[in-house]
Amino acid sequence: MKHIKTVQKACNLKPLSGHACGECQTSCQSACKTSCTVANQKCENRAR
Amino acid sequence: MIHLFQFQGDFLAYDSESQALHLLDEIAWSVLAAYQENGGHRPDAAGLDRLARRHGPEAAECAAEIDQLIQDGDLFAPPEQATLAQLYPDGARIKSMCLHLCHDCNMRCTYCFAGTGDFGTGHRTMLDESTGRKAIEFLLEASGDRHNLDIDFFGGEPLLNWPVVVALTRYCEQRSRETGKSLRLTITTNATLLDDEKIAFINEHFKNCVLSIDGRPEVHDRMRPDAGGHGTYDRVARHIRSFVAARGDREYYLRATFTRHNLDFDQDVLHLAGLGSQVSVEPVVAPAGSGYEIRPEDLPAIEAAYERLAAAMLDAEERGEGFNFFHYMIDLSEGPCFFKRLKGCGVGTEYCAVTPEGDIYPCHQFVGIESFKMGSVHEQPVRLDPAVQAQFAHLLVPDKPACNDCWARYFCSGGCAANAWFATGRVDGLYETGCRMERKRLEGALWLEARRKLRQAD
Repeated sequence: MKHIKTVQKACNLKPLSGHACGECQTSCQSACKTSCTVANQKCENRAR
Repeated sequence: MIHLFQFQGDFLAYDSESQALHLLDEIAWSVLAAYQENGGHRPDAAGLDRLARRHGPEAAECAAEIDQLIQDGDLFAPPEQATLAQLYPDGARIKSMCLHLCHDCNMRCTYCFAGTGDFGTGHRTMLDESTGRKAIEFLLEASGDRHNLDIDFFGGEPLLNWPVVVALTRYCEQRSRETGKSLRLTITTNATLLDDEKIAFINEHFKNCVLSIDGRPEVHDRMRPDAGGHGTYDRVARHIRSFVAARGDREYYLRATFTRHNLDFDQDVLHLAGLGSQVSVEPVVAPAGSGYEIRPEDLPAIEAAYERLAAAMLDAEERGEGFNFFHYMIDLSEGPCFFKRLKGCGVGTEYCAVTPEGDIYPCHQFVGIESFKMGSVHEQPVRLDPAVQAQFAHLLVPDKPACNDCWARYFCSGGCAANAWFATGRVDGLYETGCRMERKRLEGALWLEARRKLRQAD
């Protein structure tokens, strides 16, 4: 495209199971301890 | 929902439902704004005519590109729906714990939410090994079939209780072997008591280590004196250098708090990046009137600092001197799932804090507030107060109306319940100053991601 560069295409964030597995780290346990940002957490569901 | 924003002179569009990210030229950005005003649809003939008069024939080219992206699901993707029942069909499980090794500290940080260690109780206490073991057993039991469990050894200053740190670390490893569960340990310390022996132990046993230091010497010493009122920067920085040198490529964070005294905190991030490559800097949580709390009028300076920081990080990466800033780390394609993004930290239902007395609270921020006490590890079997848990069970993004109009909701999951409670008196309230800062941080993260991808493409 001439006017728009897509740097990230759409992606499906819904796991195939249709629910959360609950295995990922709690966001507040990593480094923030009050500035909640979950987007920097890793998905730990290998079946996703 | 799309978010159109400018950052460092670039024009960007982020689609919150699909996570698609686009860099646009100014004309496309303007045409896309017209689509946004029209509910995500192509403007009518009069609207297109206005765009053509303003931008010439390129407006139609931009509209064609936007139409294609909408068709591909990369713009104005429809919102996903989810309910609490879908989230965890078998119910939420406590699987993360903030374990308070002591309510005592050898520092007297001005902004300490823990009341300089005693959490406002007036008495300083140490966790004993027996209570610690009960807390670990509670976590193992409460976690049900969850495999990955996390414990943060927290305080006060946990290194003041080093023999119990060692004993409970070994107990966690023993119980991990016996149960087959993964018990991942983190420790949060002010670094003043680190020595070679403790560094070696932490490096061998702890998945992550968070070291508190506020940045430039004068910034750090102003807010983080020791119990005698003396500056601590020199000692802390010396210990951190030793720690980082021994840590290798394992995870750690140099973690700072900024206040309205250092709204140019980007300079503190850069200072910390000179000590270690993994940095996290957070706005202070403080009551109005403290003198150092973040005020709404501080936001323009804070937003400018986040913008300078992102630009400085990109420059550093291009020089081969890159470093990580916690809030600028996002993975748009393989990050946390949709459900995790709706639920956030899991305060009170997946995450809890346990005090040296064995009392259980929804998180470390609520410790000492009697109405939030959920139970005790000394009670067998441990019974969590359903009335306290109920306040947190339904903290789900779709249940927070203000969040449904916000493009950032899948990144912050509705924000920190403790921040909201302190600001509004409600755990589901809205801490608007925090929201503004979060949105600016996310814009910085998205811009960096876009610039990095462009560099890779070149």
